[in-house]
Amino acid sequence: MSVRQTATAVRGRYQPRISLWWWLTKPSYLLFVLRELSSVFIAWFIVFLLLFVRAVYQGEGQYERFLDFAANPFVVFVNLVALAFVLLHTVTWFVLTPQALPLHLRGRRVPGGLIIASQYVGWLVVSAFVFWLVVGW
Amino acid sequence: MADTIAMEVARYQPGEDGAPTMARYDVPLRKDWVVLDGLNYIKDEIDGTVTFRWSCRMGICGSCGMTVNGEPKLTCATFLTDYAPGPVRVEPLANFPVIRDLVVDIDDFLDKLSEVKPWIVRDEAPLSAGEYLQTPEQLEEYRQYSMCINCMLCYSACPVYGLDPEFVGPAAIALAQRYNLDSRDEGAAERLDVLIHPEGLWACTFVGDCTRVCPKHVDPAGAIQRYKLTAALDTLKHYVLPRGGR
Repeated sequence: MSVRQTATAVRGRYQPRISLWWWLTKPSYLLFVLRELSSVFIAWFIVFLLLFVRAVYQGEGQYERFLDFAANPFVVFVNLVALAFVLLHTVTWFVLTPQALPLHLRGRRVPGGLIIASQYVGWLVVSAFVFWLVVGW
Repeated sequence: MADTIAMEVARYQPGEDGAPTMARYDVPLRKDWVVLDGLNYIKDEIDGTVTFRWSCRMGICGSCGMTVNGEPKLTCATFLTDYAPGPVRVEPLANFPVIRDLVVDIDDFLDKLSEVKPWIVRDEAPLSAGEYLQTPEQLEEYRQYSMCINCMLCYSACPVYGLDPEFVGPAAIALAQRYNLDSRDEGAAERLDVLIHPEGLWACTFVGDCTRVCPKHVDPAGAIQRYKLTAALDTLKHYVLPRGGR
């Protein structure tokens, strides 16, 4: 934070105040705020999936209507933005996992890189399963 | 390499200035000079009224933390040549009230530090019982967190502390964890009572900058997240086993 920001001197002490735009002052702060914001798009994907499941449950007419809704250019755009944020969410949390969850195997700390790599492997396996479920091969 | 480098130093006189202003000084640019050397040159040769804290000049005492070009740094370990051709902007640690020039008021941090009881809590055994023994593996459990030198760079980097000064903060929680993980300590439950409130552990949103700026690789952000897990499990145990959960 810059000392040039507005502030008031209280009892001889200069009390700095954080700017409303503090999150633009460092790339790491911006990444953090984007990571927090990504949860909104995670929520959107869940809503989208639930709407999809409901449409399938309600029969072919509703399903076709849902496909039309999903093909709307605005919805496609929102979903692309949401995908970017979901990827950011996933990758940033993968990177943070070893810090929050230090694992020990036979008395030795498992290297952080290994924990991150195993998450990617898990992601790949789940993705392959979903691909097989949807496409069938 | 140029012979000199410009240093822009924040100046604040209590009672006279409404806000800090920047003063510019040219100091010799030498390969082995750190920002603290530049400040000492200014104090000795140019303007004796420039005020800043320092002591060991070897990254141990934790006194010389300041904001250098926007980043919290130990000025004794930050080389001027890394900022050539300059200028190097030196400001007090962010998020703390400024007493004068580059000196900040650290009382809030010291109060929070003592709240978490950063010492070994244990029912005293008689001296004849001998030392509390510890294996190298047990030492390794907390050694990383014991490296903290209380330099407060983590508080300066933490936007949560900047926005909410009630937050206990990175170093105090990392030090609480340092003693919790010490096999000789029995004070984990007492510390948890202090840290489980909303301004304790749960105020941390894992920005992670405390870990990035820590000159001793303590990883306060990691300590806090691990502590959250412990606290959550403890609360769960408390509900499942109300009579013997802790």
